[in-house]
Amino acid sequence: MSVTTGGIADRAATGGAGGSPLRAAAARAARRAPLADGAHAALLAAAAGSVFAVVLLLVYETWRGALPSLQAFGLRFFIGTEWDPVAGRFGALPYLVGTLTTSALAMILAVPASLGAAVYLTEMAPRRVDTVLSYLIELLASIPSIVYGLWGIFVLAPVLRGLVEPWLIAHFGFLPLFQGFPFGLGVLNAGIVLAIMVLPTIVSLAREVLRAMPPAFREAALALGATRAEAIGVVLAGARPGLMGAIVLGLGRALGETMAVTMVIGNSNRLTASLLAPGATMASVIANEFTEATEKLHTAALIEIALALFVVTFVLNGIARLVLHRMTKGVRDVAGAA
Amino acid sequence: MTRPVRIAAALALLAGAALAGPGAAQQLTGAGATFPYPLYSKWFDVYHQKTGVAINYQSIGSGAGIQQLKSGTVDFGASDAALSDAALEAMPRRVVHFPTVGGAIVLAYNLPTLRGRLKLTPDVLADIYLGRIQAWNDRRIVAANPGVALPKGPILVVHRADGSGTTNIFTMYLSAVSPRWKSSVGSGTAVSWPAGVGGKGNDGVSGVVRQTPGAIGYVELAYAKQNRLPYASLQNKAGKYVEPTMAAVTAAMDGVSKELQKDVRTPIVNSGDPGAYPICGLTFLLVYQDMKDPARARQLTNFINWAMHDGQSYAADLDYAPLPASLVAVNEHSLKTLLAAGKPLGAK
Repeated sequence: MSVTTGGIADRAATGGAGGSPLRAAAARAARRAPLADGAHAALLAAAAGSVFAVVLLLVYETWRGALPSLQAFGLRFFIGTEWDPVAGRFGALPYLVGTLTTSALAMILAVPASLGAAVYLTEMAPRRVDTVLSYLIELLASIPSIVYGLWGIFVLAPVLRGLVEPWLIAHFGFLPLFQGFPFGLGVLNAGIVLAIMVLPTIVSLAREVLRAMPPAFREAALALGATRAEAIGVVLAGARPGLMGAIVLGLGRALGETMAVTMVIGNSNRLTASLLAPGATMASVIANEFTEATEKLHTAALIEIALALFVVTFVLNGIARLVLHRMTKGVRDVAGAA
Repeated sequence: MTRPVRIAAALALLAGAALAGPGAAQQLTGAGATFPYPLYSKWFDVYHQKTGVAINYQSIGSGAGIQQLKSGTVDFGASDAALSDAALEAMPRRVVHFPTVGGAIVLAYNLPTLRGRLKLTPDVLADIYLGRIQAWNDRRIVAANPGVALPKGPILVVHRADGSGTTNIFTMYLSAVSPRWKSSVGSGTAVSWPAGVGGKGNDGVSGVVRQTPGAIGYVELAYAKQNRLPYASLQNKAGKYVEPTMAAVTAAMDGVSKELQKDVRTPIVNSGDPGAYPICGLTFLLVYQDMKDPARARQLTNFINWAMHDGQSYAADLDYAPLPASLVAVNEHSLKTLLAAGKPLGAK
């Protein structure tokens, strides 16, 4: 397919296929070419450059805002556990750990569920079920995060406090992960709310990735005598890079989510191993403290957290893009071979 | 989410300032504290009907209000915390504080089995927030509540997660009554909490308290009342247990009236008056001593003068404590020091 379109385009560009209207158009284009093409190219380059400039400016401004904190604490900023605006001592480790723990917890809960849902939707679900479920998943994605937060406080917290956490403490209380009092608010609550929030992102991307898989995978597996489950396994193996991309984008959402997490995590900067204890994330501390931060160093420390969060998200987006690129390349090769 | 809102607020402010223009003294602009906003909006409404002067106020938080005043985009700022000496130095010109009303911060709790009102002493309260008292049936809480059956469960300490003037007043109180708190935590709009969970805003804290049996949290009186949360009576400096009433807050201001005469920024926490409720604070209007536009300066001083006298009668209905006569007198004196373009104004 791509070979034929490429051929037509080539011939049109060189004027090789000789219809006279085509030749006239080519001649007109050739006369206008130097000026129009130059302006056109410059315009497009400026448009592309503006994106680059915005990113650069963003990094520069964040870096400049964080400078007092960078100079005062250096790398100690990321291993310090004390966050004391009164004394002017700032260490971001509790927030770094909080962001990573809640996101990891969300991924542990959300990834199996959303990959399962995506496989079911693409491989097994009758068309009507697919339509209804896909609609519901998109609905989940459009719920504002403050609603998830309220749900976490008013629905999830009482359930965790009354049932789940006492059970965890009774049966797994020997692990540091499940020690403490069952209050319902804390890292566990935030992780569960985040899991539900990233679910639609991962399901819808994973579904698209699986749909993009050429039928040849499944057909070949079935032809070789594989069961249906084994054939799905082959498809999943082929789609692995793309599914990774979906998961990484979901992770990006979990890392940056602010409002819902702030409402349910308990906002405490004490570092503990327990999932039942309150914690805080990088995004939540910025949301909480930025508006009333009056000391220069306090503001700078918050901006440095923003910078760190920016870097983490940037790196993850880069990884996702790389993986997606490899995925589409693989599909093109296979499609070409078929 | 918050950034577009903040930009919109800033644009609205700019538009307000531009509309008012120089010389158009029928309109004044202000920005700042959210805590007194219900009262202020009532004031502006009544004052507009009486005098035709419209006051456009953006309740964007004390810190942002101070920034707006500093950059000169508003006629007055409003803050729940008085400016520190350093912050005053950083302002382009001399700023005068006008306390408008007082408010109480109460300790709301969720103890479904408790009959009657919980009583707390200052050191018990400080140790609860330091995480040194962790159970409701701790002998020191029992000692403060003789004959009352206290539940066995753990205490969930709830504090504000966001920076706030309420936290500033509460931690100022704890610093005043507990040397340990003063040395290990201190006071400010955001502090490093040794215990508990944080809720966002007064409604966040009251939400967690209402939801969680065994919780205790500090909120402004109005929020505890609206949410029908019980709140503790506190032992004051004179040793009496006092409930947060408007009269008890006014008494607290009276108890430090000498200090307030010298410096109106003096905290009114832990007041010595026997009838005083110990955790309360003042909220302020911030005005440049020398205002550039005489017409606007006159309108603003007229309004402040009205707020000090007629305006006070609207306070109690909205759970704000009116100023005692001693503090109104301090404000009247401050009004006389205001200038317009370097010349005395002579407020009525």
